[in-house]
Amino acid sequence: MLTIKNLQASVEDGAEILKGLNLEVKAGEVHAIMGPNGSGKSTLASVLTGRNGYEVTGGSVDFDGVDLLDLDPEDRAKEGLFLAFQYPVEIPGVSNVNFLRTAMNEIREYRKEDRLSAKDFLAKVKVAGNLVELSDKLSGRSVNVDFSGGEKKRNEIFQMAMLEPKLAILDETDSGLDIDALRIVSEGVNKLRTKDNAIILITHYQRLLEYIKPDFVHVLSDGKIIKTGGAELALELEEKGYDWINEEIAQ
Amino acid sequence: MEVVVDNKVLAFVADFKKPETISDVRKQAMDALSGMDFPTTRVEEWKYTRVAKYVKKKYKQVQASANVGEYTIADLNAHQLVFVNGYYDESLSTILEDDAVSIHKIDDLNEEYYADIVDGTSENVFSLINKAYQTGGVFIQIKKNKKANHPIHLMHILDGEEVIANARHFIQSETGSKAEVVATYHSKNSENSFTNIVLEGHIEANASLTINKFQTEAKNVLHISNELFIQDESSNFLINTITTGALLTRNGLDVIVEGENCHTEMNGAYLGTEKQHIDNHTIIDQLYSHCTSSEAYKGVMDDKSVGVFNGKVIVRQDAQKIAAYQSNKNILLSKTASVNSKPELEIYADDVRCSHGSTIGELDEEAMFYLQSRGISAASARQLLIAAFIGDILDKVQNEALRANIDKLFLEDFGWKF
Repeated sequence: MLTIKNLQASVEDGAEILKGLNLEVKAGEVHAIMGPNGSGKSTLASVLTGRNGYEVTGGSVDFDGVDLLDLDPEDRAKEGLFLAFQYPVEIPGVSNVNFLRTAMNEIREYRKEDRLSAKDFLAKVKVAGNLVELSDKLSGRSVNVDFSGGEKKRNEIFQMAMLEPKLAILDETDSGLDIDALRIVSEGVNKLRTKDNAIILITHYQRLLEYIKPDFVHVLSDGKIIKTGGAELALELEEKGYDWINEEIAQ
Repeated sequence: MEVVVDNKVLAFVADFKKPETISDVRKQAMDALSGMDFPTTRVEEWKYTRVAKYVKKKYKQVQASANVGEYTIADLNAHQLVFVNGYYDESLSTILEDDAVSIHKIDDLNEEYYADIVDGTSENVFSLINKAYQTGGVFIQIKKNKKANHPIHLMHILDGEEVIANARHFIQSETGSKAEVVATYHSKNSENSFTNIVLEGHIEANASLTINKFQTEAKNVLHISNELFIQDESSNFLINTITTGALLTRNGLDVIVEGENCHTEMNGAYLGTEKQHIDNHTIIDQLYSHCTSSEAYKGVMDDKSVGVFNGKVIVRQDAQKIAAYQSNKNILLSKTASVNSKPELEIYADDVRCSHGSTIGELDEEAMFYLQSRGISAASARQLLIAAFIGDILDKVQNEALRANIDKLFLEDFGWKF
């Protein structure tokens, strides 16, 4: 589904962050990307989704046959990419439900599908809201305004449930969540897993991976993936930190 | 007021029709004009708004007819008073059955009453030109302790090139009355024409008056309005000013609060494109205690348009326990658009709560990216954010028929949905 080859990217002021990153994600898989602060985890999410302020200096990203880096952010979403933000943005005056309706209709138009009827849309809102225990009251309010930290993260997964992406990147979705919210968010994500979609979890800590079981764990360090393993690698990282990998590579 | 260098003002009015009967108001205005000049940008009040090239031109006072149907607001169900080029056209107007409202010609306004009401207020060259050479207008009375059955729609139409429209209105909201006035401004084939309007009113004790002003004239028109309202004790006054039209607009709005326990609310939304210049100058003068005022103006400026906001709040020495809130927020959609925003608080009392805020910024880039990352095109994302920004001002227009009319125009002219 997603093939990243030798991806190199810099921030606009020039510092190179990604230094030749390779990653292959297939349908049905969950990949966790872990790594210390400053290793390039969030930059990877930003470059994949097309945020301003980054420059791709080399490599390629193929998303089901489409050159992802060539597309505007909205067209990446229309191709089926989704980012759950680390810091969801507050947008006063724009209602959660209205903006999602706009988004879904634009996506459907792009895919040459019929518009969603008001009835079907509302039914979907209900199902997606129940999934992450987000009340109707919250889904109808301005996007993320006066939401608690946990509500913001649940709102991200609510949107994921509405948009049904092929590939979802969850950027530090576990940060700032208490244990109850973490459980709700994780269960929501698990219910959205199918054999046809894939998830990339970007995280600092192993605790999210107790709830969402990854097929692969990658260690990102200094802009490259330096080690890949199964779910057990996360436990090892939790126990020993990151330094031992660098030592292992040095030997 | 400027010192006279030469008589540009008298040259400007030279061809205007001399009225048959010279009332005191006209005479005083005419006398005052002979000592006036047009403002330059050296005058603080006009620092950002240059009128020189407009006042060099010649304008004619000509009567015309108009197709009123084009401008009628569906479902407003209002007394519809029509002014074409500043002339009141009774044949085009519709006055409904309403025992709370009586409508007269402006010349029927009692001059002693008027002189007493406006005593001590200031004039400028444009309000004086209007008062000296007005060609029509209405004096509206809202009867004591009554609520108007219908809104009153003052429909102004400019028709033809190089025309000046000097309509003058006065609204008397008698004690305990309640009414809504909708003032709209339109134009047709109006290259180089000039709307020079005076709208004044007296809101007596316990009365409530709402005015919604919606100006959509073509971008080849000069629009200058002078609005003055006097509030007596325990009265409520709300005015919403929505401006999308004219090449140069100067909305001058003064409210003088002459009694305790009053509430004054003024809101404004202005949207500039191309080379439009939109200037809102407001004054709230608090003379008595225990009054509140709330002022919120928002602008969205695109292309090479220029916005000006100057909001003065004066709290006089004996006016204690005043709560005055003011805010002006602007979004610039292009690198070549600009806004000059100036809050002015003059507070002479010591026990007051006043706040003001002024911002000029661009659309939030993070919010844009967030919306785009959900599959919304950049154009739609912009529209959503602009509508959200300006929407809370439009929400102050509680008349649903008018609001629908505004939304329709915004969709047609800007592609913005609410």
